[in-house]
Amino acid sequence: MTLPSFGLSEDPGPDFAALVRRMGLSPVVPDSPVDARLTVTHGTTCVAVRYPGGVVMAGDRRATSGNFISHRTIEKVFPADRHSGVAIAGAAGPAIEMVRLFQLQLEHYEKVEGAPLSLEGKANQLSQMVRNHLPAAMQGLAVVPIFAGFDTARAAGRLFQYDVTGGRYEEFDHASTGSGQMHASTVIKMGWRGTLSADETIDLVLRALYEASDEDSATGGPDLLRGIFPVVATITSSGFERLEDADLEARYLSILGQVATERGGSR
Amino acid sequence: MTAPFYVAPEQMMQDRADYARKGIARGRAMVACIYDQGILLCAENPSRMLRKISEIYDRIAFAGVGKYNEFDQLRIAGVRHADLKGFSFSREDVDARSLANQYAQMLGQVFTHEMKPMEVEILVAEIGHDSTGDQLFHILYDGTLVDETGWCVLGGEAEAIGSRMKEQWVEGGTFAEALQAAVDALAGPDRSLVVSEIEVAVLDRAGPRRAFRRVEDEDVTAVLGNNDTNLDT
Repeated sequence: MTLPSFGLSEDPGPDFAALVRRMGLSPVVPDSPVDARLTVTHGTTCVAVRYPGGVVMAGDRRATSGNFISHRTIEKVFPADRHSGVAIAGAAGPAIEMVRLFQLQLEHYEKVEGAPLSLEGKANQLSQMVRNHLPAAMQGLAVVPIFAGFDTARAAGRLFQYDVTGGRYEEFDHASTGSGQMHASTVIKMGWRGTLSADETIDLVLRALYEASDEDSATGGPDLLRGIFPVVATITSSGFERLEDADLEARYLSILGQVATERGGSR
Repeated sequence: MTAPFYVAPEQMMQDRADYARKGIARGRAMVACIYDQGILLCAENPSRMLRKISEIYDRIAFAGVGKYNEFDQLRIAGVRHADLKGFSFSREDVDARSLANQYAQMLGQVFTHEMKPMEVEILVAEIGHDSTGDQLFHILYDGTLVDETGWCVLGGEAEAIGSRMKEQWVEGGTFAEALQAAVDALAGPDRSLVVSEIEVAVLDRAGPRRAFRRVEDEDVTAVLGNNDTNLDT
């Protein structure tokens, strides 16, 4: 690889995605529906919930191809940079590639410009990436992310939800995506209050993912046998921090105990 | 039509080298050195916004002296090269040696083929996981690539600064010792530097994935403040 150099009119500036396109490294868009010919890994529940100190973001670990479980430990929640995170639903391959490009885009901008993008700028950037992905989405490879971050300028957590065309919608209390989003968001809606602590928000999010996995076959629940738990992270003024599995296990054991009590012994 | 004057190739190269050296000598110098926990990069730079030292990749830093627009162009090309390489292959495959080679190629090409050579000297530094992996690549305006050990000086008066550095720098010294040595070497015996005139950054061996970190003025003052012989804060 040689040093990339451009004329003034072709220079991509701090835009890494444009640089990748210019170097001929972007993926080809399929010209017919991919779903019809082969099974693409899909299915997810990801949620993000705001609380006074920031945002809790979480996603289950299952990937499915048709009626098969193709992976039990896939990750769908990623740090985008120090103060933001992104969660994905949709076709696993293009979604993970989009996250990789998005992470690099933010870091690349920061290095070239010498200052990080604003949170709003990051959200818009992701919107453009989803928009650019539309031709592939039309062929059955849709990717629908959630973006959440701690806005250091406002000292508050913020959430952004997207649609498949790149439409960007700021949410003020919670956001969700994936096949199990309906069940998860109902649980959150019922339990959410503006005054929840970080601890209570994490428990609410875990309960929402549990209920989603109970209803949606494409969403994985806590797997106590194998020790597989959702990816849960808090994004606060001190940055993106992922919770330890041991912590999640303890929380899930107490949630499951609670569910059992609520059911009063009936199966 | 008149034939162009014949100029001997030796003369032409000599003239270009003199031109580049003069341009570089007009700017202020910088020093890089290895200390026990990382690599220190310290430049004399009165500007807060136009940086001489910056981050290229996880464990790689860049520093340039001479003409700002020229070394900044090289810096951006380096960031692009590193990010593209990490994107196409993996983060571990991005290394300073290959980047330094690319820079050397580019500067050599410009030196012989373009109207004027680039009036810059640059440094590509990489921090290893232990001290044996530390690398300092010093690249001159004509593409000469030097693999330095311990410390290196870029810019005008490099010899004088280098001889002071040689006296002061100790292998395996602390951050404070390294910074003191670098600032003393840059200032020289007859001059004092204030904190706002120096730009300091480190590659931190034990740091997070992105090892590059700028050292804030307060932290520089904390190290140099007690010793006011050479520094007015």
